[in-house]
Amino acid sequence: MVARIVSTRTDAEVSLADTFGSAKATLPGNAVVKEMRETAFGAFAAHGLPHRRIEAWHYTDLRSMMREALPLAPLPDVRALEAVRVELAAAILPAGPRLLIVDGTYVPTLSDALPEGATVRSLADVLAEGRADLIDKLAAAKFAVGDSIVALNAALMQDGVVIEVAPGAVIAEPIHIVYATAAQTPVARFFRSLVVVGAGAKILVTESSLGAGGRVGQTFGALIFDVADRAEVGHTCMMTKTEPGSLRLDTFIAELGADVTFSSFALVHGEGLMRRQLFLRCVGDNTKAALNGVSLLKGRDHADTTLDVEHIGLGCEGRETFRYILDDSATGVFQGRIRVAPGAQKTDGKMMSRALLLSDDVVMNNKPELEIFADDVACGHGATCGGLNEDQLFYMQARGISRAEAESLLLEAFASELADNIGHEGLTAAFRAEVADWLAARTVKG
Amino acid sequence: MAAVQETVDHVKSLDVTEYKYGFFSQFEMDMAPKGLNEDIVRFISAKKKEPEWLTEWRLEAYRRWVTMEEPDWARVHYPKIDFQDLYYYAAPKTASGPKTLEEVDPDLLKYYAKLGIPLHEQELLAGVEGAQQRRVAVDAVMDSVSVVTTFKAELAKSGVIFCPISEAVHTHPELVKKYLGSVVPTSDNYYATLNSAVFSDGSFVYIPPGVRCPMELSTYFRINEQNTGQFERTLIIADAGSYVSYLEGCTAPQRDENQLHAAVVELVTHDDAEIKYSTVQNWYPGDAEGKGGIYNFVTKRGDCRGKNSKISWTQVETGSAITWKYPSCILRGDNSRGEFYSIAISNGYQQVDSGTKMIHLGKNTTSRIISKGISAGHSQNTYRGQVTAHRKATGARNFTNCDSLLIGQNCGAHTVPYIEARNDSAQFEHEATTSKISDDQLFYCMQRGLSGEEATALIVNGFVRDVLQQLPMEFAVEAQKLIAISLEGSVG
Repeated sequence: MVARIVSTRTDAEVSLADTFGSAKATLPGNAVVKEMRETAFGAFAAHGLPHRRIEAWHYTDLRSMMREALPLAPLPDVRALEAVRVELAAAILPAGPRLLIVDGTYVPTLSDALPEGATVRSLADVLAEGRADLIDKLAAAKFAVGDSIVALNAALMQDGVVIEVAPGAVIAEPIHIVYATAAQTPVARFFRSLVVVGAGAKILVTESSLGAGGRVGQTFGALIFDVADRAEVGHTCMMTKTEPGSLRLDTFIAELGADVTFSSFALVHGEGLMRRQLFLRCVGDNTKAALNGVSLLKGRDHADTTLDVEHIGLGCEGRETFRYILDDSATGVFQGRIRVAPGAQKTDGKMMSRALLLSDDVVMNNKPELEIFADDVACGHGATCGGLNEDQLFYMQARGISRAEAESLLLEAFASELADNIGHEGLTAAFRAEVADWLAARTVKG
Repeated sequence: MAAVQETVDHVKSLDVTEYKYGFFSQFEMDMAPKGLNEDIVRFISAKKKEPEWLTEWRLEAYRRWVTMEEPDWARVHYPKIDFQDLYYYAAPKTASGPKTLEEVDPDLLKYYAKLGIPLHEQELLAGVEGAQQRRVAVDAVMDSVSVVTTFKAELAKSGVIFCPISEAVHTHPELVKKYLGSVVPTSDNYYATLNSAVFSDGSFVYIPPGVRCPMELSTYFRINEQNTGQFERTLIIADAGSYVSYLEGCTAPQRDENQLHAAVVELVTHDDAEIKYSTVQNWYPGDAEGKGGIYNFVTKRGDCRGKNSKISWTQVETGSAITWKYPSCILRGDNSRGEFYSIAISNGYQQVDSGTKMIHLGKNTTSRIISKGISAGHSQNTYRGQVTAHRKATGARNFTNCDSLLIGQNCGAHTVPYIEARNDSAQFEHEATTSKISDDQLFYCMQRGLSGEEATALIVNGFVRDVLQQLPMEFAVEAQKLIAISLEGSVG
């Protein structure tokens, strides 16, 4: 507050500018898209990497945390793709078509076809074709205004998938978007995907990562949902399999019509610096949206979940529930904002963040916000943080359960309480397995 | 529930949307030239016959202030303030150090009587309501100077020092030098720095070790003169094992232009000491169209330096066009406790951005925040608070509860809490809700013969009851009336 910071460009900002300068000619898209890329990069360059003084990034100071910008990932070669194919075959994923994105590029040869009622194309094709309505949805201009990381993604997006679900179509099995890495050296990947869901359609989309190859890297992802009236949409994201020193910044955007049922669940337990930012707009009336997440952190992990939920339609319901377990020297960040626009009467919004702190070296920063411009609403938020309950531990130890086991039981219960919200048996099992893995790897102190 | 009935009666008896304290009185004033520069700072310092070190202290603050920029992070909007278009010093001429009430300008006394401030000790001693009447020592500050302080002699008997800070600089320089700026440093923020440069008066309180202050202490602030800013500075020190309850009230005349009020309040508690600080802020809020009103940019902070010490802030904010105020507690001593109870009511075009900070540094420190925001009309009401536990603050605990009530479709209520835990034994709980007055409750009351406005006042009084209970009795009654007045015209 004392004096304005005169910002000089950091090394990372300088090399991002170089990257854009040399890559913009070859990045996909027609003239309109190229223009959009220029504008987006201009917006990024004007603000630079977000830092403490940018309110939405208050606890994740990218300006100091992102020391360097890695070179853009090259197109995966045949040998790399073969390795990914082997890995994919071994991966345990619930049944359903898989769409593979290798180093930011959609690889149709490794992907499955979608069932009737849904189509998939690569983002590069869509950008080259330039269909105005899709470009418009991909630009998502109403969201994340002023966020320079979203702008950076828009400027440098290499590829991704564009899924369209016809009105009324019911896709029974989940569609898996699977991220894989092939590059042998650390690289940066930029991808953006779009899911357009027609009126009354039903779909479940999952995001997960394969774990091998040069996992250390920088990932700037964006997934956009455009959901028409009466649709039923589920989404899960497993943000896992990153290594210390890596950077993963995901942006999730959803615009919901009327009478939509929408639910999203995320597990964050990779390593390094991770941030998920979610922007949700309930435009239509009587829509129900639920966002859930569990973050399991250890070492020097830094995981940030930032929500911006905007209620515009009448009578919408929003439920946001997030859990954190922090060990070692990990840092957890939860920022959630419920916004109720003027006239969005009868909005019912509830947000809850709970954190368990397991070491005296952890940091948990909570910032739940309410911004309300309509009077006939019921909105609330809660945030708690604290250690494990000693009474509960004592109770179990008194009955012959070791301290380590007792801790594990309590932690598992805490993390798994939200599992029921996933709404898919196979995915719930996958989530529980991840939690069990994390707990098994944990060493109990004292 | 007798008090609630009283409020209802009071609302009935009132004229509609009338700011009761909007009058202005003509006094002969001693003013500094308009504007701000080093000479003005020296002028103020000279007027107060301050020692060299204080003049330098002010000048240093001024030099720093010139390099600073106005903060813009709060959710308040107002045209840029021209700091050169203000008078930084205005004093009623007759007020140059009266020894007794007899020496005070009788007009001034009448003026305070009009405000309902009991300056006459005798009146109080006579006790209109007999034995139940509690005695309150009052320091009345008009524009830039303290006009009179009551009960000084009696307080002195128990060793309590209660006087204008300008007087304390001369009578207790060692205390002032030791504590001034030790909680809110001159570099703290834009308005605190400005205040450090130009502060004119305010109260100074020192409670010696082991003394429980025999009566409530109170300061009454009044802005009277046109185009003046008020920059008072309050410093309260509770030495080991002492206790004091301090009340603060404010009003200003009704004017079309906006006036600036940038105060600094510093509290220090040593081992086992307790300060209870209550505010009823009722500066002129501007008219129904949002014209005029006070800009209230205040820095209030308490430092729990000693073990087992406690600072409790209670505030009822009904006035001011803009409120920018975050009474905070630094919980430095082990087992110290901070409390913040707030009622913030906004109506018309008022903008409130208020809250608190609880900084847990010592072991086993606890804090509690209860904030009730009520917005009506076209107003915006924001709670902004921070709770932090540092790595060494093991066993820190906080409970926060922020509730907002919306009355009408054009207002806004916002909550922006920052909750930061840096060790595993910190236990923080935070909850916030926003809702409107329940139609069922309103219907129930109205069915039993209350008007919409009466029913609203009744329900609002229930909503804020947790906080009202924290206020000293006299203030609680005043606050209840204020709540009713502030919400007038917001229903129907």
